[in-house]
Amino acid sequence: MDILRFITAGSVDDGKSTLIGRLLYDSKSIMIDHLEAIEKQSKNKEEGEIDLALLTDGLRAEREQGITIDVAYKYFSTPKRKFIIADAPGHIQYTRNMVTGASNSDLAIILVDARHGVIEQTRRHSIIASLLNIPHVVVAINKMDLVDYSQDVYNNIVIDYSKVAESLGLKDITYIPISALNGDNIVDKSENISWYTGSCLLDILENVKLENDINYTDARFPVQYVIRPQTEELHDYRGYAGRVISGVYKKGDKIVVQPSGLESTISLIEIAGKPTEEAFAPQSVILHLEDDIDISRGDVIVKKDNQPSVENEVDALVCWMGNKPLVPGNKYILQINSRTVRAIVKEIEYKLDVNSLLELPAPEQASLNDIVKVKIKTASPIPFDSYKKLRVNGGAILIDETSNVTVGACMIQ
Amino acid sequence: MSKYHLDYLEQLESESIHIFREVAGQFERPALLFSGGKDSIVLVHLALKAFRPGKFPFPLVHIDTGHNFQEALDFRDNLAAELGEKLIVRNVGDTIKEKNLTEQKGKFASRNALQTYTLLDTIEEFKFDACIGGARRDEEKARAKERIFSVRDEFGQWDPKLQRPELWDTYNGRIHKGENVRVFPISNWTELDIWNYIKRENIALPSIYFAHNREVLEWQGQLVATSEFMQKDPTDVISIKKVRYRTVGDMTCTAAVESDASTIDDIITEIIATKTSERGETRIDDRVSEAAMEDRKKGGYF
Repeated sequence: MDILRFITAGSVDDGKSTLIGRLLYDSKSIMIDHLEAIEKQSKNKEEGEIDLALLTDGLRAEREQGITIDVAYKYFSTPKRKFIIADAPGHIQYTRNMVTGASNSDLAIILVDARHGVIEQTRRHSIIASLLNIPHVVVAINKMDLVDYSQDVYNNIVIDYSKVAESLGLKDITYIPISALNGDNIVDKSENISWYTGSCLLDILENVKLENDINYTDARFPVQYVIRPQTEELHDYRGYAGRVISGVYKKGDKIVVQPSGLESTISLIEIAGKPTEEAFAPQSVILHLEDDIDISRGDVIVKKDNQPSVENEVDALVCWMGNKPLVPGNKYILQINSRTVRAIVKEIEYKLDVNSLLELPAPEQASLNDIVKVKIKTASPIPFDSYKKLRVNGGAILIDETSNVTVGACMIQ
Repeated sequence: MSKYHLDYLEQLESESIHIFREVAGQFERPALLFSGGKDSIVLVHLALKAFRPGKFPFPLVHIDTGHNFQEALDFRDNLAAELGEKLIVRNVGDTIKEKNLTEQKGKFASRNALQTYTLLDTIEEFKFDACIGGARRDEEKARAKERIFSVRDEFGQWDPKLQRPELWDTYNGRIHKGENVRVFPISNWTELDIWNYIKRENIALPSIYFAHNREVLEWQGQLVATSEFMQKDPTDVISIKKVRYRTVGDMTCTAAVESDASTIDDIITEIIATKTSERGETRIDDRVSEAAMEDRKKGGYF
């Protein structure tokens, strides 16, 4: 059993919350007391209808206003997999929320309303899925009940979407006709859609292959914390605690510490106090080196024959998440894995039209939900890889120095 | 399948250790909130994996309401002593006296709300900038909205509308003086994950998690242990039943479930079969209103 993290992307009326509710309900992952609570709140309870969308709105203000404020996480599991759903709200602060939920998702379910087909929103969801490099996409063509379960309608949407997917370079795409409201093709195959020969949604989610998503080639180990007991019996113990974010490390590997460039050899790898021959992503481990060299939090231990870029100037696509605008010349803190450095956004090169992927002329400043290409200069060099190549070492956040708020998601080019 | 494979419990464990180490790396004075309940016991176990052979870079802190199960308190003291880690206990009863606070009255009066005062005082006393807690997002709908690094203002308040976006596995723990961060390393674990992990890692638990005979009062279908803290009325139905606990909170607001489960395997079988959520079945304090947990969190509750 492993874990699949996924996000559902859809606008307000596409039935996103209903789909999540349906997945949880039909896979028997809802507890009776929770069901009773939403039954009480459902508006049409007299007709015996339960509003499954209520399951996903956890806050008072959300229930009062009938809107979703922030990303929520939902859990369910089957004997095959544990699932973590990032439930990102559809309409307010749109891009920011989807980017947040997408940043650690393995898969995106993109909901398309069968009556409307591929619309601007669909394109936008897909562009974000592609920018964030989500490895798998499921296009769920919803509300099939409202188009008489028409195979033609479905086929036309598949043809339309294929063009979008091709232009974005999305790779692993699965299409499925569903009705979240009625439960068609969610957990069980629908009798109403007999012409569809593929799997139901849960089946797809259970069987998506995840092992190829982890990069075992480019070894990266950001140091989080140095363990030095300094007791009598462990006087010389000096362990570098961190997580292998990609690749594999073995005892005897020749390593380089970036950005200092100091070299050494791995003398011991420990997992929870026990020595191990090799460590791989995404294990949290302790590395020991043959030489006592200067290493601290924020440094990245890599292999001598496979190194990241180490620069103090990077190009990045930034999704702006701050209420205050991004103004070129402003200073921020840039955090990439465990490393934080002061940074200055030197210039905005262009703004990305998230509906068309066209490059628009650079605005003077970027506002909430804008995606812009920028040049960032950092106070000291940072080790990084391009986000497209290695998601785990190419994503960084920008923090406002005065408010301490996370204001930008950077995908380093 | 690749030979480099982690199953779901190993993935969750690695993620939690990563979060623990981020706390150690980012904060000056963290604390681990430890009550002797199963979730915080799992936290301690994960901290061992994150920091041994070094000492924990934080003390264990318990905000004791004075209404706790003795079994959990004994377990708490023994574990801290066995590990040689520092345990700080602060009592809600002391805060009530010092600040002349008014306690709830009535049948199931709880000190749950007052616990927040002692927690905030303790944070101030030790200048804690991060408090690690064992909350899980599957527990409750307001918890499902909470970030892993959850920033609280100088009054300890949570503002769900002003949460920081959490991107990738990068956690932003920067705060202003007076603010603090509540950190939840097991956010992504469910109740069943916790039990499966306890089984795999062979983690010891207080005896009240296993079936035992106890004198209980039946109230609206729930079984509440009788104790000196409980107001008993002549009409109360009191009997001895074989029970176990799914959560361990205050004796005054935590209900037991009838059970014969005497081993972890038995418990896992029962949890897989149950149709009622952990808190729904056992927490009287969550039933006060639709937003009881959300309101407590906004007030500074962990």
